[in-house]
Amino acid sequence: MALLRLAGRRLALAVPGLLGVIVVTFLLNRALPGDPAAFFAGPAATRQAIEEIRARLGLDKSVPEQFVYYVRDLARGDLGTSLTTGQPVLRDLATRLPASLELTLAGLALAVTVALPLGVLSATRPGSWVDHLARVVTTAGVSLPIFFTGLLLVYVFYFLLGWAPAPLGRLDAFSTAPRQVTGFFVVDAVLAHDGALAWAALRQLALPAVTLGLFAMAPIARMTRASMLGVLGSEFIRTARAAGLAPRTVLVTYALRNALLPVITLLGMVFSFLLGANVLVEKVFAWPGVGSYALEALIASDYAPVQGFVLLMATLYVFLNLTIDIVYGLVDPRVRIEA
Amino acid sequence: MSALLRHGRYVLGENPVTAVAFGLFVVLILLALVGPSLAPHDPLASDTARKLEPPSARYWFGTDQVGRDILSRVLVATRLDLAISLSAVTLSFVVGSGLGASAGFFGGWTDRIVTRVTDTIMAFPLFVLAMAIVAALGNTLANIVYATAIINLPFYARMARAEVNVRREAGFVEAARLSGNGSARILTVHVFPNCLPPMMVQASLNLGWAILNAAGLSFIGLGVRPPTPEWGIMVAEGAAFIVSGEWWIALFPGLALMLAVFCFNLLGDGLRDLIDPRRRT
Repeated sequence: MALLRLAGRRLALAVPGLLGVIVVTFLLNRALPGDPAAFFAGPAATRQAIEEIRARLGLDKSVPEQFVYYVRDLARGDLGTSLTTGQPVLRDLATRLPASLELTLAGLALAVTVALPLGVLSATRPGSWVDHLARVVTTAGVSLPIFFTGLLLVYVFYFLLGWAPAPLGRLDAFSTAPRQVTGFFVVDAVLAHDGALAWAALRQLALPAVTLGLFAMAPIARMTRASMLGVLGSEFIRTARAAGLAPRTVLVTYALRNALLPVITLLGMVFSFLLGANVLVEKVFAWPGVGSYALEALIASDYAPVQGFVLLMATLYVFLNLTIDIVYGLVDPRVRIEA
Repeated sequence: MSALLRHGRYVLGENPVTAVAFGLFVVLILLALVGPSLAPHDPLASDTARKLEPPSARYWFGTDQVGRDILSRVLVATRLDLAISLSAVTLSFVVGSGLGASAGFFGGWTDRIVTRVTDTIMAFPLFVLAMAIVAALGNTLANIVYATAIINLPFYARMARAEVNVRREAGFVEAARLSGNGSARILTVHVFPNCLPPMMVQASLNLGWAILNAAGLSFIGLGVRPPTPEWGIMVAEGAAFIVSGEWWIALFPGLALMLAVFCFNLLGDGLRDLIDPRRRT
């Protein structure tokens, strides 16, 4: 019950964030270079045709009026039409979002499964080889440009070793996509009992996911280590040890649970970086997600998809922060009591 | 001052990595200053007869798809990459700390507006926001700087706000007020200089991130236009040749980028040890 109240309050707090996002995307929309009416009308259009289109797009109205129209269109789920694909932007984004989510979540999952144990181990054995390894990984992780890591991995694992498939999208040319259930190819192929297809999809996913994972691993491992070190030095851990609790209980139940709190907060920031990094990784691996969609549109001066993409990313991020707050409440009962 | 120097020597002796980072930093600055005159070839001169040559005695880093010397291009690009990130970080440092310090000092409406603005910026995934800003304002180099500055602004604003806030009620502030100093003078002359050390650490750590961001933007085709030598765009040009095994086109600019970021990160850590030994990890 307290958790529900917490969720409700956080949801209310997310509203101004979303509003800010909508205002900023609208302002960016207004600041775009060129005359959209002239652009839509094409080069051969007469002055009168351009004026008509301007009126139809609502560009002859005042700025506040345009904002009202903009919000109204958003409420209807109308993000405009892409000039390059000729499809409504919302539909384009919806078909491409699963690819991006699959990649981002795989990267994040990989990062967490490696970084948490690495951080804990290096905190419990400071100065050991695990600690040094953690330090190297974290420093390299924050220093390596993500597009460069991706290219290095492609060179080593595709060109030199031949273990990975060509970095060209979610499936090789010989496979067809599984029937869509979740939109995640690996999961869908497993659900369709097609082992070979699941393996093919997994092979395509591996390198981009590792690229993203390496990038996200650094801050998580670093924060886990610092936070674990702080908690392990505190008095209640000394008491728990003195009381003769099993080392495992002390480490996991007492120390880790407390040390996780700042790590969970950090995950929001990491996700923000991941959503941005996703664009770069999608470009390197020709991954057909929303990021490469926005990039193609950006290069073709097709702005409706770019705005749709920015809005989608920001909305995703606001809701993600909401989820993180709720998870925080699950881990830390004090937050629930305050609510 | 001599105590700080002694402490600095102690930190450098204790942590040779910081000394290496500092050396690297000096090299980078020198390269940015004199890089163009060190370049053995013209970074823009193409020679299609010598395209895609692997590293050799004549072309240490090899040549790219139109036969330009990669070593020269990497050297010349140092100035542009450092200039972009330095100006972006300076801009967000000045504007962000100004806004944050006034928010922390005056509170009230100033605080509310500044907090709301920074929160709105932070509501976006930052790289995506930078992309959107460049797309909206126009695809120019100046806009890359502005976009990078805007997405870094919240970090400085929040930090300055917090640092000023804890000192607002300090004894020395009251003493300054009693001796007849105005609010603006207290903030700029008495409070703000005390907040500078942690802010400088932040700036140093931020510099690496700013370089990565600007290079990321030019990697996806925003900002710098070919044939201008810049690390991000050079990696992008080399990306197409990685799958056919021509590794040197992307590797060397990528390594330069990595080295610069690595240097700034280590330097930031070292600076933090120097200023606040308690926060060593």
